[in-house]
Formats: sequence, structure tokens, C-alpha cells
Amino acid sequence: MIVERPADLRRKKILAHGFMIIFLILILFPFLSVISISFRMGNFATGDLIPRNPTLEHWVLAFGFDYTRADGTVVEPPYPVLLWMWNSIKIGVIAGLGVLAIATISAYAFSRIRIRGKGTLLDSLFLIQMFPTTLALVAIYAIFDAMGEISPLLGLDSHVALILIYMAGVTLHIWTIKGYFDGIDTALDKAAAIDGATPWQTFRFIFLPLAVPMMAVVFVLAFIGFINDYPIASVLIRSEDKMTLAVGSRLYLNEFRYLWGDFAAAAILSGLPITVVFLIAQRYLVRGLSDGAVKG
Amino acid sequence: MSSTVTTTTGASSLPRLAFVGLTTLVLLYAAFYLYAQSQPLFGAVMLAIACGFAVIYGANRFYGARFIFPGIAAVLTFIALPIGYTIYLGFTNYSSFNLLSFDRATEVLLSRGAADPATEQPFAVAPEGDQFRIWLPESGLLSDPVMLTGEALAPVTAALSPAGAPASLLETRDAIRLREGLGLLTLTTPDGMQIVNSGLRTFASVTPEYAQQADGTLIRASDGTVLTPDHSTGFYVAPDGSQVPPGWRVGIGFGNFEKVFTSKGIRQPLFSIFVWTVVFAAASVGLTFALGLTLAVILQWEHLRFKTLYRILLILPYAVPAFISILVFKGLFNQNFGEINMILEGVFGIRPNWFTDGNLARVMILIVNTWLGYPYMMLLAMGFLQGVPEDHKKAAALEGASSARVFFTITLPQIMPPFLPLLIASFAFNFNNLVLILLLTTGGPDIPGTIIPAGRTDILASFTYRMAFDDSGTQFGLAGAITLMIFIVVAAMSYLNLVQMRRAAARRAGK
Repeated sequence: MIVERPADLRRKKILAHGFMIIFLILILFPFLSVISISFRMGNFATGDLIPRNPTLEHWVLAFGFDYTRADGTVVEPPYPVLLWMWNSIKIGVIAGLGVLAIATISAYAFSRIRIRGKGTLLDSLFLIQMFPTTLALVAIYAIFDAMGEISPLLGLDSHVALILIYMAGVTLHIWTIKGYFDGIDTALDKAAAIDGATPWQTFRFIFLPLAVPMMAVVFVLAFIGFINDYPIASVLIRSEDKMTLAVGSRLYLNEFRYLWGDFAAAAILSGLPITVVFLIAQRYLVRGLSDGAVKG
Repeated sequence: MSSTVTTTTGASSLPRLAFVGLTTLVLLYAAFYLYAQSQPLFGAVMLAIACGFAVIYGANRFYGARFIFPGIAAVLTFIALPIGYTIYLGFTNYSSFNLLSFDRATEVLLSRGAADPATEQPFAVAPEGDQFRIWLPESGLLSDPVMLTGEALAPVTAALSPAGAPASLLETRDAIRLREGLGLLTLTTPDGMQIVNSGLRTFASVTPEYAQQADGTLIRASDGTVLTPDHSTGFYVAPDGSQVPPGWRVGIGFGNFEKVFTSKGIRQPLFSIFVWTVVFAAASVGLTFALGLTLAVILQWEHLRFKTLYRILLILPYAVPAFISILVFKGLFNQNFGEINMILEGVFGIRPNWFTDGNLARVMILIVNTWLGYPYMMLLAMGFLQGVPEDHKKAAALEGASSARVFFTITLPQIMPPFLPLLIASFAFNFNNLVLILLLTTGGPDIPGTIIPAGRTDILASFTYRMAFDDSGTQFGLAGAITLMIFIVVAAMSYLNLVQMRRAAARRAGK
């Protein structure tokens, strides 16, 4: 391992690169075929990886414009992809900011302020967090069904209801930020206390500025989690113009109306921005993931 | 852990107290309003929030709790309450047949009316602009103008008043064309009688189908049948034992659980689904962990070039939103025109039935889930591998250990302890991986001969989801009962995880 013969090393290198390349071809195959499908004619056509008669039809439809085919027929966009995307982003950003505010303040208190029964509280939060919201779907449906009779704003088919449910998923994020706060030297808050700062002032002027990078990580994590949610949104949202991307996209691959090509273009259009955000943030994300999960 | 709580007293706390008082009043009003709207449960929750808010933000004693109140309140209201409510629903007969409250169900029955044939009288329709008036020649009554055509037809009520015959009346043939609109029309006579369309040429007055008696029973007007409310089944029951829908929601004790354990049509699929859920979660964790760790080890190799490029490409499956990838796979695996079967047929001459063969569907689920999950494990493994001291490995290598031996005796034992809680969390996540199952197979192919829809690839969570929200039947109560069983498994896992985390924390503290 320390001293290796050049021939052995060479063989190992070829082996490693060969394995990587074959593996990557397998892994990236779905992406390549989706790109190819989005430029192919029709919604059923099977063909080569590089389309023979490339068409922009699916892309024009995905952007919400009518498409006029060569023979003069006009095709209307099957679904409002951009509206769904806007719904997803709107819900994700609002709920993400809400989660961020609640989680940061709570994490600071759990890390620094003496509260009676804190240990028990933290343990019960951890236990509750293990129960995914998706398991309580029946109750969530029943609750918002009943609330809808009082105000449609809080009922089924309302974005407010969805945001409220999402915002309750703060526990994991409290954990992550608390882990970060625990790592900050206590000398800082002692110095602030000596200068007469209240705990709120210590939080506002010392901890909050320090936590900005971590908060960015938590926001991106929460945002991506909300964008990816299917079960809750599918139960609460019914009408097509209120749907989020995750709920709406499923309509494309309906057995009776199979729009494979249109789906491919819509999927790339909506998936690309989220993918880029994730790739930029991933370095910090991983640290957040392992820190938050391990630090008790 | 060392902050002194400074209590601000005097003038500065006055505006705060005023604000707290005002907000509490608003919350209390909301609680009262919810209670008045016959939602006692939500009223109680709101009352609890109001009291908690007043105490924690009003009194100086609870300074520290002010920081965590919003988070705790959100978690209690939107996670703990629904969990408790789900468990409660598991003990009720809540379903599409027993959807309403008792009061609402009675109201629905009492509002049912039947046209009385004895009061039938002919009618004619008088056009007025794009609207119409109904003319009843026998009683000399003419209605207010109403819409009877158009796309958005809805039930309407119009008043009748004495008048002379209108100048122009529609031919019967043209009036019949309006029957869709006429069917939704209710007319009110000057003395308060309700009259509806009862035939092609006639209107008749409506008499209620049921009348309520003093003892709470309902009597059917047409044949004198007495319906007794049965609060153990949640239905009005006729003397011959037949149930009259709609029913209402009642507690049925362990009824749902009895059904699960005694009915063969539920017990057998439930058992096979439970086994598959455990296998699926364990296999997913095992496959993603093994693959992720292997890739991480290769990427850590000092002689490997293009590491960054490989790394970025390898985490792509994790970066793309999962619901998009899953739907892409659904299309690629499509049996008839999916790309995967096209390639398999071209190379090996086979066309596997990925969606109709149960075992192949399970294999497909595992392939897709491994594809989705290995980058997460790889990223974690790369982080943990960096923590393994290089000189341990060098020492072992100097002693003549092969690189495989070094890996299994030095590296793996060092990264397993921090990895374990994450593996348990991953198991718990996959145990309830609803998104994957719902979007890829929706549980299918179905197991034949079951009472409720159950599929070969259904996991417990998707099984209950379909039971509650599928078109075929909304059995909320039964779904709640099965969810309670999932809760018990999840609770065991979360406790295990808590213990593991404590151990990891203690070990770190001991270092």
C-alpha cells in the first residue's frame, strides 16, 4: 500500500477508471435519454439517442405557448407547468423562511438558555420528529376538511394549509442549527452578558450574524424538502391550477393520456433550477447533514 | 449554558404587556368563534395556544420559554395533534359511508323531499330576454325570471306571485329542451310551499320524506316506516334492519383492529405487505450503503485523477428532485414503449414485465431506490473516511495486511459507530418512503382476492394511503388503525435511534 510496484499501480488505475466510467454511463443513462426524448417527435415514438428529426414542440409547450406543427395543426400546452413551478417555489420559499425563523430562535434557546425540562423537551422533539407527517395524512385531511367549512383559506385546496403543515417540520432543523450553536465558544455570550446584553440581544447581535451560513444550508434543505413533497400536497391540493410541481407532474404519465415527450421537456425545465441550487449548496449541505444528525 | 435572565421592569414592559394582552384577546376570540362554529376540538386547541401565549409572553418568569414557544406550538398543533387524531380515528368508523356528524346526517335526511303526485299541476315557460318565467295556469302564478340555460347551472330558488297569463309561451317541445335547468329549479308559492319539476309537463309541491319525532326517531312519510338512530353503527336503521345512508362517525372501539386480525382478506395481504416493507427498507439501506461506501473508497484513493469531475457526476441523482427522477424511471421502465425494454430486447431479446410481474416490480423498485439513495451514503462515507487516521492504516499495511484486510479491520470499525444512527434514520425513512411507491408503481400489481386494494409493491404507508385516498373507497377509520400499528414500529425505531445517538455523543465526550 505504501510502496507499490508501478505495474500494479497502473493496473489498479485502469481498473478504477474503467469501473467509474461504466458505472457513470449506467447512472447517467436516464438523464441522457430524457434530454433525447424531449427533442423527439411525438409522445410515444421510440428512437435513437440522438433524435433523427429533432423538434422543439415539447419545449414550446412546456413554456406554455401553443405550438404549430408543420401540417398546420395547433397544439395547446397540456398542463400549466410554469404555474405549478411558481406554486412550488412560492410555497417552498414562504414555508422555508418560516421554518428558518422558528428553528433558529428555538435552536439558540435550546443551546444557550436555561429552561426547566429542556432535556426532556429535546428528547420528545427527537421522538416526534421520527414520525413522518405522511403517516398522519388521514387526520390532516380530516382536520383541514373541517377547517374549510369555517374558512376556505384554511381548508382543502389552499396553499395556506400546505404552508402551515410544512412549517411544523422544524424539529430536524432545530437539531442541525443547535449543533452549530453548540460549537460556538461560550466566552462570546459571557462577554455579551457582562456588557449587559439580554439573551435576546445576544441572539440578535452575536449569534444571528454568526449563523448566516448555517441558516442558508437549512433554508436550502427545507426548501428542497418541500419542493419534493408529494403525499401531503396530493392529499390537500385538488384543483389543477393550485397544484405543486410534484403533484402536477404525475398527470403527464397517466395511463389514458401518456405524454412522455411533453413530460421530458417539462421535467428538465423544472428540475434544472433546483438541481443547480443543490449542486452549489451541496458542499455545505453534507456538513450540515452529518453534523446535525450526530451532535446530540 | 450560562446566561443570566435580566428582567426588565417598569415603563418598558408596558407596551409589551399591551401587545401580549391584545394578541391574547384576538386568540381567545378565535377560540370562541371556532367553538361557536361547532368545532370544539379546534376551539380547545386555540384556547390552549392563547393561554400558553399569555402566560409565556406575559410573565417574566418564562423568559427562556419565549424563544421556543413558536416551535413547540407548531410541532404540537401540526404534528403531535394529527398523530393523536389519527390514532383516535383508528377507533371510529370514519369512511365515505360515515363521513358526517350525527346532526349533519339527520339534517340531510330531514331535508330530503319527494314530489307529491297529488299536487301535480301543468306548467308553461315564458321567455324573457335570455331568461325565463314559469307560468302555472291552474293557480294563476308566475315566477320571477330565472336562468335555465348556460354552462354554470346551479340549483336556484325563485318566488311565485299572482299574475295574468304571459303574452308568449314556449312550445312544449322547446320547454322540454330546458329540462336540465328546470330540474334544478325550486319555486316558492306566496304561502310558502315549495314546488319542483315533477315530470315533463308538470310541477308538484314537495313534502319532506322524513319527519322527526319527539324521541329522536324519524318517520318516513310515504309508508310510515320508523327509523331509529343506532349510535353503535352510526346509521339510522329501519325495523327490518336495513341501514339508511348517510351515516355518521361513531367510535367503534377495537372494531377496526378486529377486522384487520380476523378478516382473511385483510390479514393476509397486510402480513405480506409488512414483510415486504421491512425487506424493502433493509435492502435499500444495505444496497445504498454498500454502493456508496465502495464509491467513496475509490474516490479517496490518492492516485485517482479527475476526482472532482467523478464526484459531481456521481451525486447528480441526489441533486435532481426525486419526484422527477422517479417519474422518469416510470417512463423508462414502461413495458411497451420504455427505453429500457427497448435496449434489453435489442441486446438480449427479452421484454421483462416490470409493472405486471410482482417480483420484477420489486426488483425495479430496489434498482430505482438504490439509484436515488447511493449518493447520500457516498457523501456521508467520504466525510467519515477523512476522520480515519492515516497512520493506523499505514501501520497495518507495514505489518503486511492486504488493502482489503486494512479496510475491514481498521477503516470499517472506525466509521461504523458514527454511521449507525444515520443508517437507522435511513431505514426509518425508507420504511415510510411513500413518494417512491406512489409515483413509481402505486403499489401495483394488485394482489388478487383481497377485500381492500393491496399490491405486491405496496409498503405499509402506501397501503394506508390508498385505503384512505384511493377512488375505490375512503376507509379513514381502518387506515387510522393500521397507521397506529406503523406508529408502534416507528416508535421502536426512534427509541433505538435515540439510544444510538446518546451512545455516540457519550463516546465523543469521552474522547
